[in-house]
Amino acid sequence: MSTVTQTESKDLAPVSAESLAALLVAKERPPRPSAFSASMTFGWRAILKIKHVPEQLFDVTAFPIMMVLMYTYLFGGALAGSPKEYIQFLLPGILVMSVVMITMYTGVSVNTDIEKGVFDRFRSLPIWRPSTMVGYLLGDALRYTIASIVMLTVGIILGYRPDGGVAGVLAGIALLVAFSFAFSWIWTMFGLMLRSEKSVMGVSMMVIFPLTFLSNVFVDPKTMPGWLQAFVNNSPITHLASAVRGLMAGDWPADEIAWSVGWAALFVLVFGPITMRLYNRK
Amino acid sequence: MSTQTTSGLAIETAGLVKTFGETRAVDGVDLAVPAGTVYGVLGPNGAGKTTTVKMLATLLRPDGGEAHVFGHDVVREADAVRGRVSLTGQYASVDEDLTGTENLVLLARLLGHAKPAARERAGQLLEAFGLTDAAGKQVKNYSGGMRRRIDIAASILNTPDLLFLDEPTTGLDPRSRNQVWDIVRAVVAQGTTVLLTTQYLDEADQLASRIAVIDQGKVIAEGTKGELKASVGAGSVHLRLRDPEQRPEAERVLRLALDADVQLEPDPVALTARVGSGSANGRGAAEQAGRALAELARTGITVDNFSLGQPSLDEVFLALTGHDTHKTDADKDEVTA
Repeated sequence: MSTVTQTESKDLAPVSAESLAALLVAKERPPRPSAFSASMTFGWRAILKIKHVPEQLFDVTAFPIMMVLMYTYLFGGALAGSPKEYIQFLLPGILVMSVVMITMYTGVSVNTDIEKGVFDRFRSLPIWRPSTMVGYLLGDALRYTIASIVMLTVGIILGYRPDGGVAGVLAGIALLVAFSFAFSWIWTMFGLMLRSEKSVMGVSMMVIFPLTFLSNVFVDPKTMPGWLQAFVNNSPITHLASAVRGLMAGDWPADEIAWSVGWAALFVLVFGPITMRLYNRK
Repeated sequence: MSTQTTSGLAIETAGLVKTFGETRAVDGVDLAVPAGTVYGVLGPNGAGKTTTVKMLATLLRPDGGEAHVFGHDVVREADAVRGRVSLTGQYASVDEDLTGTENLVLLARLLGHAKPAARERAGQLLEAFGLTDAAGKQVKNYSGGMRRRIDIAASILNTPDLLFLDEPTTGLDPRSRNQVWDIVRAVVAQGTTVLLTTQYLDEADQLASRIAVIDQGKVIAEGTKGELKASVGAGSVHLRLRDPEQRPEAERVLRLALDADVQLEPDPVALTARVGSGSANGRGAAEQAGRALAELARTGITVDNFSLGQPSLDEVFLALTGHDTHKTDADKDEVTA
């Protein structure tokens, strides 16, 4: 790398005026890309970034492994008699919790990206406006999928045996990734709204910790006081965790799936337009 | 692309205003930029140059006034404007984490090129800009000159009708600066209109055919290069005398011969005077300076060193915004006349 930084303009090949002129003569323009194509191109950018900075996958590999190991052995004996039995209940829940927690990095990456030079260039392009944001989230969907696979692998090593088989597990992951994609619009909003990376992190923690812990991920809500049950039973995370748990166990929890999809749609409909408004005004 | 407005103007603004809190960053800017030319916007840091460019490139919404780019309103028809302009500035650059090729392919894809065409165009541009060797390296490892090249390359993936270059050479060494100028000339030669903002008078002088000088969000002078120079004085005469005791006398002689303000420098043997003020294209500068020298010699004042230079941006600003307000007004009249 150091050889590159030392490359000064004196070593730089000259600009070729003729070939430049030849390139500029072409005035025809291709038709604008479709919304889908532009979004996929931004998704490709997200993947390129992962390729160049693979360390950023730490949060979707090491963190989820830590979560599974920690909670399985911390609560397993006390709550279900043994870690092996507890993991049958815990794994889908901890999967939901970890992936939803990982979504908050979206806000941080949006926030650091807008400080950089490339953001205004994207905004000056004649493309479908939300495609930049959708691209981020498509890249993140890949990260959520990686995290899910990592956690399932660890879970299976620890003794998790999903009755739903491959189909049930895949359906569960698909629902989780789709929900997380929709949920992430909250973070794109905060990423554009707040002034620094630190404040994005702070606000994200404030939202994510109560939302994920106050759910049925760890224990059955029946043991909780009534006022808390009211919150927990209506939390989107509870619905999602129940739906994923059901799907992976081979059931078809239609109500819980409907609630999860409904919440996801609500997140997109509310936070999508706010994000785009901030994006256009930035 | 072929639909020019009847006025033949690439940019037309009227009373453009942008405020940030209490600050009026852009305070009623009127611009008329003819298509097919390089238009220089000259001003110091914080004058409102970048804010103006950002409004014209649809990145910022004006708080007042109107702006049209090729006849399209920058707010109501933002998308039509975006289809015809490109932007290069320190803020609108490329993705540092990606390689040169990846950046250009990404942007070409976003402009609608199919994958093979995007790759081809990226390769051709990298070659034309002498960046083929660095094509596979992350942009964060590029030198300043390489950065500016890739930034400009990214702006001409589709030949734009209007290219905004916001301080394209700030922070570059003289050699890289010349190379950027060559690129700008090549772009303009193909019919693209360029709006160039700069802090350097010589850069505007080298590239632009018309220049607007802005300060504190206002256009304080506008005209062709010749008109602008004529109003500021075509240049400054710097003199060093052998004997400091002769300076008061030299000052008097110069003032009479040049009919201009003469400044006494901190150095006790040095004087500076503006010449060529009021003459068309500033052509009279050398002649005036010559007369002044002859006059000094006749009076018996020994001049050790003499130079005639272009007015610096500082001097332009002093002339246009100087405390002597009626002087400023007079200058302004000459320019706009």
